[in-house]
Amino acid sequence: LMTAKSLASKETVNGRCWFYSDDDDGISVYLNRELHAMNTVVAQLQTQFQDYLVSLYQQGFLDNQFTELRKLQDEGTPDFVAEVVSLFFDDCSKLINSMSRSLERPENVDFKQVDSGVHQLKGSSSSVGARRVKNVCISFKECCDVQNREGCLRCLQQVDYEYKMLKTKLQDLFNLEKQIVQAGGAIPQHFPSYTILRPDIRPCLDA
Amino acid sequence: MAGEVPNLEASKLTALVVDDNFVNQSVHHKLLDRLGIKNDVVSNGQEAVDVHCSGRNYDLILMDMDMPIMNGIQATRRLREMGIESKIAGVTTRAEEEEVKEFMEAGLNDFQEKPLTISKLVSILHNLELYVQT
Repeated sequence: LMTAKSLASKETVNGRCWFYSDDDDGISVYLNRELHAMNTVVAQLQTQFQDYLVSLYQQGFLDNQFTELRKLQDEGTPDFVAEVVSLFFDDCSKLINSMSRSLERPENVDFKQVDSGVHQLKGSSSSVGARRVKNVCISFKECCDVQNREGCLRCLQQVDYEYKMLKTKLQDLFNLEKQIVQAGGAIPQHFPSYTILRPDIRPCLDA
Repeated sequence: MAGEVPNLEASKLTALVVDDNFVNQSVHHKLLDRLGIKNDVVSNGQEAVDVHCSGRNYDLILMDMDMPIMNGIQATRRLREMGIESKIAGVTTRAEEEEVKEFMEAGLNDFQEKPLTISKLVSILHNLELYVQT
């Protein structure tokens, strides 16, 4: 039981908690309760993060290449994944705009330019593990090869939708990471294996 | 996880990333960094040639195939003509036999399909005898 005398007060200065008390026992009881509360919050956030990450693989948004990117991140470069995916989304936006212009006039479609754009998009989506975007690019290339303008326009719309969807999902994921760090926790280093989470697809053989 | 990534810093290996895509440049640069390999990045074959003309040399060159101005095949041929004996690994999404053959014949020492991962990069280093696993 905490007495008024032993009750420690808490102050946050520069993001760190400072406890004041004229009673040692009061400090330790108070600290333990505070730490327990903090740990519970952190544990809940970590579970949320984990579950969300796994769901992104299960729903096919991400594949093993995203796992590889996470492995590359370290203490020196804690924002590596966020930075690379940001570059990717910028790339998407640029390429979709230029392909849209090339497809604009039915009598004058530059399929070579579109093909070049799709190739770039397929390459970068593949490099970050953006599975759905990459898969649309595969269909997109096929439409390009047979000079199917309507098909290309459909694929363009789909690729636009998919990259924006992924952008939102990853933003949510990074926000969860931030919350974990702010609550004083560490980001879970579990690396889901795409092939284990999706047994319906044939496993890809890594080198 | 950290234990899986070999550290080659002591070997003082250097590398050149040749790729026109910013995302790939970023990923390949980081992959090499993570292994402790100092590396530069250029955006096409012409820049790769230019950087060698300015006197720079690298142990390993990661060469993309499709690039504007000068592609990977042309750049590889040019570098070999210039007498550059660095190990060149072709890295590309194009994996059809004919294309790989043409790329290899331009003067590659090794070839890997994109996207690159730590294990694929270690495999390249191993194939090129730049890294021996103990």
